[in-house]
This record gives sequence, C-alpha cells and structure tokens, in this order.
Amino acid sequence: MASKDTVKKTITVTILLCLVCSVVVSATAVLLRPMQIANQELDVKRNILAAVGLLDAQRGIEEIFQERVVSRVVDLRTGEYTDAITVEEYNQSRIARDRATSTGLSRAEDVAGIQRRENYAIVYLVEDLDGEVEAIVLPVRGYGLWSTMWGFLALDADASTVRGLSFFEHGETPGLGGEIENPRWQARWEGKQVYDDQGEVAISVIKGSVDPDAPGAQHRVDGLSGATLTARGVHNMMQFWLGERGFKPYLMSRKEEA
Amino acid sequence: MKTKELLITPIFKNNPIALQVLGVCSALAVTVNLAVTLVMCAAVIAVAAFSNLFVSMVREHIPSNIRIIVQMTIIASLVIVVDQVLKAVAYDMSRQLSVFVALIITNCIIMGRAEAFAMNNKPIPSLLDGIGNGLGYSVVLVAVATFRELLGSGTLLNYTILRPVTEGGWYEPNGLFILPPSAFFLIGFFIWGLRVWKKEQVEEPDFKIAPNTKPQEA
Repeated sequence: MASKDTVKKTITVTILLCLVCSVVVSATAVLLRPMQIANQELDVKRNILAAVGLLDAQRGIEEIFQERVVSRVVDLRTGEYTDAITVEEYNQSRIARDRATSTGLSRAEDVAGIQRRENYAIVYLVEDLDGEVEAIVLPVRGYGLWSTMWGFLALDADASTVRGLSFFEHGETPGLGGEIENPRWQARWEGKQVYDDQGEVAISVIKGSVDPDAPGAQHRVDGLSGATLTARGVHNMMQFWLGERGFKPYLMSRKEEA
Repeated sequence: MKTKELLITPIFKNNPIALQVLGVCSALAVTVNLAVTLVMCAAVIAVAAFSNLFVSMVREHIPSNIRIIVQMTIIASLVIVVDQVLKAVAYDMSRQLSVFVALIITNCIIMGRAEAFAMNNKPIPSLLDGIGNGLGYSVVLVAVATFRELLGSGTLLNYTILRPVTEGGWYEPNGLFILPPSAFFLIGFFIWGLRVWKKEQVEEPDFKIAPNTKPQEA
C-alpha cells in the first residue's frame, strides 16, 4: 500500500483526476448551454412583463410578449431610436465590452459601478390594445453589495411615473439584499415619480420607511432592513440609468412627445 | 452488509441529520417550500450516490496524503454538473435554490460518507450507501418542509390547504415557520420522536448531576 504514496503517483493521480473532472464539467456546461440560454431569455421576458404587471397565468409569456411588447434599440448618447443595430443582433455583453460601441465612465459618473456603458440599449414599449404606448420598460443594472443586480424599471407613458420594478439576476444575500426580488417591496415603487418638476432625478431609496404625508414622499421608496448596501446599490442604479449618462435624453424626448 | 440494510439503515437507525447531526445548515435553508425541498433532496441523493461510487472506484489509487482533496474534486465536479442540469431543465427551481445547490459541495454528509464508507468499500455497496444516506437526509427535510410550508404559508406543494386570511380564508399563517429558526425546532422534535421510538440512540450524558443534597445549615 505504501507504493501509492510516492510523489510520482500523487502527481499522476492529481493530473488525471483534474483532466477527467474538467472534461466532464466543461462537457455538461457546453451541452446544456442552449437550453439554459432559452430559459434565461424566457425569464427576461417574464420579468419585463412582471415589471409592467402584465403577467397572466392563463396565457403564455411568449404570447403576451408578441402581442403587447415592441422592442426598440435606443442610442443612449442622443436618446433617439437607431437603426445602427437591430434588436435581433443586439448582444448586450458584447456591446458593453467593445470600446467602439461603449463609453468608459469616469469615477464620478459611474455611481452604479458598471465601468463601461453600452451606447445602445433595448427599450421595451408596451402597447395597449389600440396600439398606443402605455409603458416603457428600461433595462437597468448596478452593483449592490456582492454582485451586479440586473433588472427592469417600467415607467408609464409620461416617462416619469413608476409602473413597476423587477430583478432577474443578482447575487445578493438571500433573505436580506435578496429581498429586492420580493413583490411586496417592489410594489412600493408603484406610482412614485422619478423626476421632480425641474426634470432632475429625484427618486431615492431611503433608510427606514417613508412617511406618506412628508413633502417629497412621491420620490421616496422604503429601504430594506438589514440590506443597507444593497438598497444603496438600487438607489445608485436609478440615479445612473435615469440620469444624463443613462436614459434621461431618451425619456425627455418621450416626455415631449407625450 | 446487505443491499436492503445499506439503503434502510441510514433512514431511521443511523440518520445523518438526526443521529450524526450533519448537514443541518441546508436543512434550515431550503425547507420553506416542499417542492423546492424535493428538488434539493434529489440533488443531494444524486451527488451522494455518485460521489460514493466514483470515490470507491478509484479508492485503490488515491494517495492517502491528498485523499480529501481528491474527494472534494470529485464531489465539486458532480455538484457543478447537477447545478448545470438544474439550470437547463428546472430553471425556476434552480433560481429558488440559488446558492444552496452549489453549497452541496460543503455538505458534511457527502464528504463524511466518501471518507468513512466509500474509501473502504466496493463500488456497488458505496453507491447504495450514498443513496441510503441521501434518503435519510431527505426524510428529515421532507418532514420539516411539510410542517413549514403548511403552517407558514397554508399550502402544500403550492396547493392551498389552509386558506390564509390574506386570501379571504380563516388561517392566520405562522410567520415563524417561514424563517429558518423554525427548522431547528422541527428537527429537535424529529430527533426527540426518533429517540423515544429507538431508545438505543439516546446518548450517555457527558455529566451526571449529583443527587440533590440537603442544604447545610450555615
């Protein structure tokens, strides 16, 4: 039995084991990738509908999405719709990484902790049954305590009233920061005004709970107890994505149209 | 040991949670909802069974000075595979289980069985031992989850059994059962019940309290 404790044997066993295990792990990951991506895409659509409050247990997600949602690509620098890139070929992570299609952010600008911002973003326009736009869903993301939180912010057609909020990916502590997924907390966002009368970003996540009679209550959302840093992350995310570097140019032009 | 014995013994006679008190952490975390618990149990049974099988298959070749690392590598690879499969076929479940599938790697039951059983036994008995211990873990988890979901949310497998007041029913959900500490109480009751039934599991106390002596007069 002593023979298996030699240095040579130890190294051989280690290398062989690592090889076998890595092949097994990579093979599973590669083979299951298409199914996982399909699941993720469906989940993203579900979250867009959840942010607007259109989820319906009786009908399929794809069906509602087809009927009510129009995806458009927006050039974040100008706030205009663009044809430079189509929705089908849009790949968020590639665009955000490529220097040609993204903008580096200075430390002062990068409140959400995302480092580079893509120049193009997809917005989802939700139409009512007559084809009028009734809600605008914006993709938002920002750094919380442990992770980048990815979500959707839905605004009414006036481009200022919050319709809903949802998160589809994050790595915050379950039960504390993870409560950003809690529908009861998300419901507190409904009806809040993201911009003040001067058109400045006014929405803020405060510590503790909001006094509904206090002035400015329409701009404030309750924080999450036990998750101060996550709540601050959500706050910063909103400041960034609703600000000049985010969707503000686009939202302002929508507001003028409305 | 016989096949049946290998499978049945860990369920009540030598239960990994109730007697060995291993793997309690995940028993607290994933027992709010019975459906989620069942998926977690399936994942743990699969990992325990196959890690035992593979460790046992290569046990003659594992140098004893790196044996723990070898076991960990095998267990970790299996957990990643299980996690990937869940993400592909049960996406919602895998999101609800979040980090707890990955944390099966650190579940003491799996490591414990690999080290204690699979290193010294043939592959087939090891496989059965893994399944048995996975089942033992599952029995406790399912029992805990049944109580927690029923009393905490008034549902079982997401079907409403006790209609809560928030939905116009009569049942006032007990918030404690939503929170992890309730699993401590339930596991405590489970262990109590088991030891009333199987007296041999009662441990000798470490200290004996001396019989009451009469207070001496000052």
